[in-house]
Amino acid sequence: MQFTIEVNNRSIRAEKGETILSALNRNGIMIPTLCRMAEFTPTGACRMCVVEVEGRDRLVTACSAPVEEWMKIQTHSPRVIRARKTIVELLLANHPDDCLYCERNLDCELQRLADQLQVRERRIRASKIKPRRDQSSPAIVRELSKCILCGRCIRVCEEVITATSIDFIGRGSSTHVGPAMDRDFNFSSCIHCGQCVLVCPTGALHEKHYLSEVQEQLSSDNVIRVIQYSPLVPWALAGELGVKYNRDFDRVLNAVLRKIGFDKVFLSGTGTDILITELADEILRRQESGEKRNLIVSACPAWVKYCEQFYPGLLPMLSTLKTPQQISGAIIKSAVVPDDDRQRVYTVSVTPCTAMKFEARRDSMTRKGISDIDTVLTVRELARLVILYGIDVSNIGPEAADEPLALRSSASLMAETAGGITESVIRSLFVKAGSREADRIAAKKLRAAGSFRETTVTAGGGTFSVAVVDGIKGFEKLKQMLDGGTVYDLIEVMACPGGCVNGGGMQSAGSREAVRQRSRFVWQTNDQEAVRGPEQSASVAALYGKVFEECSELADKTLFHTRFDKREVLL
Amino acid sequence: MSKIEEVLSHYMEGHHESLIPILQDIQLAEGYLSEEAIVRIGSFLRMSTTKIYGLATFYDRFRFYPGGRVHLRICHGTTCFINGSSAVVAAVREALGIEPGQTTRDGRFSYEITACMGGCNDGPLVMIDGEFRTHVRAEDIPEMISKLKAVADLK
Repeated sequence: MQFTIEVNNRSIRAEKGETILSALNRNGIMIPTLCRMAEFTPTGACRMCVVEVEGRDRLVTACSAPVEEWMKIQTHSPRVIRARKTIVELLLANHPDDCLYCERNLDCELQRLADQLQVRERRIRASKIKPRRDQSSPAIVRELSKCILCGRCIRVCEEVITATSIDFIGRGSSTHVGPAMDRDFNFSSCIHCGQCVLVCPTGALHEKHYLSEVQEQLSSDNVIRVIQYSPLVPWALAGELGVKYNRDFDRVLNAVLRKIGFDKVFLSGTGTDILITELADEILRRQESGEKRNLIVSACPAWVKYCEQFYPGLLPMLSTLKTPQQISGAIIKSAVVPDDDRQRVYTVSVTPCTAMKFEARRDSMTRKGISDIDTVLTVRELARLVILYGIDVSNIGPEAADEPLALRSSASLMAETAGGITESVIRSLFVKAGSREADRIAAKKLRAAGSFRETTVTAGGGTFSVAVVDGIKGFEKLKQMLDGGTVYDLIEVMACPGGCVNGGGMQSAGSREAVRQRSRFVWQTNDQEAVRGPEQSASVAALYGKVFEECSELADKTLFHTRFDKREVLL
Repeated sequence: MSKIEEVLSHYMEGHHESLIPILQDIQLAEGYLSEEAIVRIGSFLRMSTTKIYGLATFYDRFRFYPGGRVHLRICHGTTCFINGSSAVVAAVREALGIEPGQTTRDGRFSYEITACMGGCNDGPLVMIDGEFRTHVRAEDIPEMISKLKAVADLK
């Protein structure tokens, strides 16, 4: 039901049941918010969004108050603006004045609000929060002095990721955000997904930087510098740098990376193609031997840690195949460089993910003290590197990546969305069965909305049931199905809702619809690309046909596998 | 049966609303909330230890370290403050040689500063092993501590 309310002495249409904020936004009136997150229950905690409602003594929080027919609202009256400004001034009172040196300088919500509300002097003084920087996690850094206690990270961690690794600790002026027992991150149940980083309005939570390490290596002598990047990185980097993306940019990036100083540029997507091939083979092998057992993809490192700590009983179901990044890393450090040169190779991987930073540090990802991947960068970090090295991406021609990891199929790009690995594996099963086109209905089901999806496909006389957990919240449903005795031939779990397109190393999408928009981009690109699956990729053919056979370490493919163990953390 | 299990045996598993009563009982039984206790409560109530710790730290009454055999809680509420609780705190600090939250090396004493304990008419207040001392003055502290040493040695 619609009705008319009065806002700033003009009439606007509002809908019954919606909040004041949503009615205002729909009518072109913007109000600053801070603790609010789209698609979460509003808390009205920060009071940033207050408006004046005639007949009410107190200011009303627009984000949480439902709109009512009799309302006459002032959204930018002197009283309202003064209140908002005071809130920002209070937040700034104990905030460190180091914006110039801050991680989020020029990209900070608090800074923006202070600017919008024209805070130009320090009116309220308070003692600064004691600096405390938690660098114990390989992926995420916590800077407590910059925290304004909006609570968004806590809500994401609990309501979206269900790891519940952080909460408010203490009360009053000593309140801060941290893991259980006020320990550092490395002891906590944090799965490094980075969703908290995406919602943090200030520099209190950010990914751990490895840029200085990369710079050092770039300027060292006698180092072979190798970089690989995930299929989504070119598109995401264009967004981060503010340039228009087109298909050429995929190959422009290769040239950009060489200009920065990398000797070899590889695609992690080739690793994804190998993962897809191996998964399809495993499923077929199990089908032939009549072994009906759950197989859970372990390509999402955040999910793997989640499983290791919360559900160690499920670990035997996990595929032992490494993530695409680590498969590529193993190939690079085995086949690409001669054995005695391995010490000199420095490998960087760029991903949309923060958990990959943790993944690369796992015990089994290191051989004789040499890591397969030395440094993992997020897309944000790569953007900084490109800017730091003064590279004008709009003025560079495309180049090809280096063999043997030079090509990727569109299936590997699909793997960046939740359900994409499953769809790609199904596609491979169809190809292996001699069929030309995969099951479109199944694809539609796997791309549907919702955090748990399942379907059954028939390919080459075999019937395969698959399930996709899109955002770890859907795991609950999967757990019910598994407990009920359902067996799937393939289960894909992605910790971040939407998959890697919504990874912690990307720009924040902001809403479920925006994440879906990104997935649609991937699906459309997939429809346009010629090399549909690993079977058509020349790189994959060369690897299986020649490279693996000629390399003693890769011949039996054990390097593509890892193991998982129960993890003791504070749950 | 451990003290923790004994406390939990009075409660139903998985009932989140029992959290605060359980925390109170364990603090009473053990004198503090150990990490072991918090982890056990977490699995008993099927709750994240992060949530339990976060909630427990909100309340002044819960302690997370074992403390001395005699534990002093010095009220620092508004009325006690006006009546001179700062001097009492300073005297205790001097007599014991430790900061609030710490424990003396001999394990006899620990103390903490708390928010109002509700005895505003009789401040400054000090609570020792559940009993209130009223109208405490800084000059009383040295004698009080030496008497309490005997109490601690009996424990």
